[in-house]
Amino acid sequence: MAARVEGIAGNRLDRAQYAKNFADLHPRLTGHEALVEADRCYFCYDAPCMAACPTSIDIPLFIRQISTGHPKNAAKTIFDQNILGGMCARVCPTETLCEEACVREKAEGKPVKIGMLQRYATDELMAEKKHPFARANSTGKRIAVVGGGPAGLACAHRLAMHGHEVTIFEARNKAGGLNEFGIAAYKAVDDFAAREVEFVLSIGGIAVQTGKVFGKDLQLKDLQRDFDAVFLGLGLQGVNALGAEREDAEGIEDAVKYIAELRQARDLGKLPVGRRVLVIGGGMTAIDIAIQSKLLGAEDVTILYRRGAEHMKASSYEQDLAQTKGVKIKHWLQPKRVLTNGRKAIGLGCDYVQEIDGKLEPTGETIEIGADMIFKAIGQTAIDVTGGALALSGGRIVVDAEKRTSVKGIWAGGDCAAGGQDLTVAAVDDGRRAAESIHAHLIS
Amino acid sequence: MADLRTNFVGIKSPNPFWLASAPPTDKEYNVVRAFKAGWGGVVWKTLGEEGPPIVNVNGPRYGAIHGADRRLLGLNNIELITDRPLQINLQEIKKVKREWPDRAMVVSLMVPCEELPWKQILAAVDETGADAVELNFGCPHGMSERGMGASVGQVPEYIEMVARWCKQHTRMPVIVKLTPNITDIRYPARAAMKGGADAVSLINTISSIISIDLDNFSPMPSIDGKGSHGGYCGPAVKPIALNMVAEIARDRETAGLPISGIGGITNWRDAAEFIALSCGSVQVCTAAMTYGFKIVEEMVTGLSRWMDEKGYGTIEDFRSRAVGNVTDWQYLNLNYIAKAKIDQDLCIKCGRCYAACEDTSHQAIMQTKNGKRHFEVMDNECVACNLCVEVCPVEDCITMVQQTSGTDPRTGRKINRDYANWTTHPNNPMALKAAE
Repeated sequence: MAARVEGIAGNRLDRAQYAKNFADLHPRLTGHEALVEADRCYFCYDAPCMAACPTSIDIPLFIRQISTGHPKNAAKTIFDQNILGGMCARVCPTETLCEEACVREKAEGKPVKIGMLQRYATDELMAEKKHPFARANSTGKRIAVVGGGPAGLACAHRLAMHGHEVTIFEARNKAGGLNEFGIAAYKAVDDFAAREVEFVLSIGGIAVQTGKVFGKDLQLKDLQRDFDAVFLGLGLQGVNALGAEREDAEGIEDAVKYIAELRQARDLGKLPVGRRVLVIGGGMTAIDIAIQSKLLGAEDVTILYRRGAEHMKASSYEQDLAQTKGVKIKHWLQPKRVLTNGRKAIGLGCDYVQEIDGKLEPTGETIEIGADMIFKAIGQTAIDVTGGALALSGGRIVVDAEKRTSVKGIWAGGDCAAGGQDLTVAAVDDGRRAAESIHAHLIS
Repeated sequence: MADLRTNFVGIKSPNPFWLASAPPTDKEYNVVRAFKAGWGGVVWKTLGEEGPPIVNVNGPRYGAIHGADRRLLGLNNIELITDRPLQINLQEIKKVKREWPDRAMVVSLMVPCEELPWKQILAAVDETGADAVELNFGCPHGMSERGMGASVGQVPEYIEMVARWCKQHTRMPVIVKLTPNITDIRYPARAAMKGGADAVSLINTISSIISIDLDNFSPMPSIDGKGSHGGYCGPAVKPIALNMVAEIARDRETAGLPISGIGGITNWRDAAEFIALSCGSVQVCTAAMTYGFKIVEEMVTGLSRWMDEKGYGTIEDFRSRAVGNVTDWQYLNLNYIAKAKIDQDLCIKCGRCYAACEDTSHQAIMQTKNGKRHFEVMDNECVACNLCVEVCPVEDCITMVQQTSGTDPRTGRKINRDYANWTTHPNNPMALKAAE
C-alpha cells in the first residue's frame, strides 16, 4: 500500500479498499423497499415523467405493475420502449429527467425513485435469463449496424425483433460502447454492461463482428452494396484540445481513455493515479474521472471549470456526489499553461475569468495549482469517418426525426448524430426510432 | 381545557373512549395496560355460559385489506367469544373494577337464547361490580351457527325478548349491541328499545370474505385450505356505521335512545363525528389492534383541542349536533349551486382530476392552457360532483365553491337563493299531482 507516495503511482490502497470504493453506488431496492416506493406513485394522467423520458417509457404503468406484484411485467413495459432499460436505470441522470418532472418533486421535493424502481424491475426479469421478446418471421432483409454502443444495440434489437438479420460491426474487442468503456465503474458493477449486451443479443438474429474499424476495415460504400440498410451508431472519436501551453507534458491524460482502461482493469491497483489530481471540465466525464481518481486513492482531487456551478453540464446531483466523495470543485478558472519540471507536468497555471457579454474574459488574476496528474474532460468531438458522403452539422451527421441521413438507405443515431443529448437513453431512443424507420422502409 | 367526562346511561368514564369487546379486552393484563394508557373504559370480551371453554381455530384468525404502504384499512376475523374459563374472567373483572373504579367496566355477554342462562350469567356479572352489560347480538361468524350472536340480532322479536329478560334480572344498565348484517337497522333498534334496553351499541362486524388465495383458491384467513366468512371492521366500515347510527338517531321511534358508537374509529376526528351523530360513548378496536393502546393519547388530546378551539366545554355541548342535518335526498336544496375550483398554486399537475372527470364523469376539466399542462375547471360543464376533490392527492387543492349570484353557466339559469327541493320540483310527477 502506498497511499501517500508522491507523483503517479498504483497500489495506493489495499484490495479490500478498492472493492469497497468501487461497489455499487446505489444497491438495488429490496422487494419491500420497492413496494413502499411504488406506493408513492400517483399514476398521473399523461404523466410528466413519461414525457421527460427520452425513450417515453410508460412509467406510471410499470410502477403500478410493481405495486401489484408483477415486477416482470413492469420490466416488459420498460423494455418495450428501451431494451437497455437496465443500464439506463443505473446511469440516467434521472434528477434532470423523469424524477425532475415527477409531481411529487413539486409537491414535497421528493420525487418517486423512478430510476431505482426501473432497476428493481429490470433486474428481476433479467435474472430470469429468458428473453422477453420473440422475433417475427424472417424477412430475409440484412442490415449493417456500425457501432455496438447503446444506439447500435437498440437499433439491432428492434430490427431483429421485426425479423431482419443484423450484423453489428464494432471497432473494439467487445460490444457495449460507452456502457462498457465509459460511465463510472460504480454505476455498473458486476460486469453489467456485458451481461446486458448478452441479454440484448439473446433475441437472436444479430451477429457481432468485433475489431472492425469504420473507415479503415470497413467502408460505407461496401456496406451499402452488401446490405439492405445501414445504421451508423459511431459515437465520437475525437477529443477536444485544451489550448494550454505544454499540453503534451507527461501526466496529462485524456479522461475518456483513462476511464476505458479503468473499466477493463481486472486489478485496480495496476492503474496508476496521482497523489494530487486536477480535472478540467464540467460535464459527466469530469465528475466520473474526479470521483474515480479519488476512489483509486488520490489524496487531493480538484475539478477546474471555467464557468459557474449552474453552467456545469453535470447535474447538481452529480456535483454533490463528487463533493461528498471529497472532490473539490473550483469555478471560473481557465487553464493557461501546464507547469512542468523537465517533461513532467507539475501543475497548471490558470487565469481567473468572468463572463462579459456572453464571452469569457480574464479578470487579470491568476493562480498556479500543483498536481501530479491532470485529466482533460472537456468533451469529445466528431471526426468524419464517412469520407464526406453524408451531410454534417458541427461535425455530426445530420438526421431527420426518423434518424434518416442525407443519403437514402443510411440511418444514424447516438452521439455521432447532430442534435443529440449525449445521453445513453437518448442514444437508445435514436436506435429504436431508426429501426422502426428502417423496418417501415424495407417492408413497404 | 375541555371536560371529556361522560355519563352514558349511568356509566361514568373520564373520557368517551372505550375499548370494544374484542381481543384487546380479553383479560386483566390487557385491560390494565389499556387503563394505564388512558382509555376511559372497556367492554370486556364476550363471556359465554359456564361449561367447557370455547375452542378457537389454531390457524390464522385475521385477514386484512391494505392501502398504500400496507396501511391497514379493513380487518376481518373469525375469532369466537372468550376461550378462557368463565370464573377466571369474572374474578379478573371484579379485581380490575375495584382497582380502577373511575373507568367504565362493561361486560359483553352471549349465551343461548333461553331465559335461564341469561339469568344465571347476569347474576354472576352483577357480583363483580361491573357498571353495565352489553348483549352481543352481533357476531356474524361461528357463534351465529349455534343460534347466538348475529342470528339473534337478525330477529327483532328475539332481541326484544332477551332484552326484557335481562332488564328483569339485573340492576345494571343493559346495552344491546346490534349487527349491521340486516337490511334496516331501525327494526332491531326499535326491538331493543321495546324490550327495555337502556342503550344500543353499533355496529358489530360485517359478514365478509376478505380475499381469496390465488394459489390454493382458499378464502383467507385459510385454515388448512378452507375459509369461512368472518367479521369485517376497521376504517373501511366507518361510513356504514355512521349511517346506521344516524338512522337510529333520526328515527321517530328511537330518537333519543342512547347509542354507543362503534365502527372504524381510528382518531379523535372519527370519534367526534360519531358523537355529533348522538353517540354518548365511542368504542375502538381495530385502531388499537393496529397501533397499540397509545393511540388514545392522540384521541384524548385531539378531541380536547378541537373542543377548545370550537368553544365546547363538554361532550354534551356538541353531541347530536349533526343529527338534525341528516335528511332524505328529497329534501336536499336543489337550488344550491357549487363549482369545483382548483387552486393553481397548490396544484402539482398530476392530472388525476382530469382523468377522473374526462374518462368517467362530466368532461369539465381542461388539461392544457396556452399549450401548457394546466388543469382548470370549466364552470359551464361542472356539475359539482366532487369526484375531482376526492381523487386529488393534495389537501384543499380542489374545493367546492358555492355560487351565490349571477347565472349558472352550465344551465344558463339564474342563481336562486331560495330553498327548493324535489318535493316541489316541476319534474317530479308526485309534486305536480300535489299541486293540482
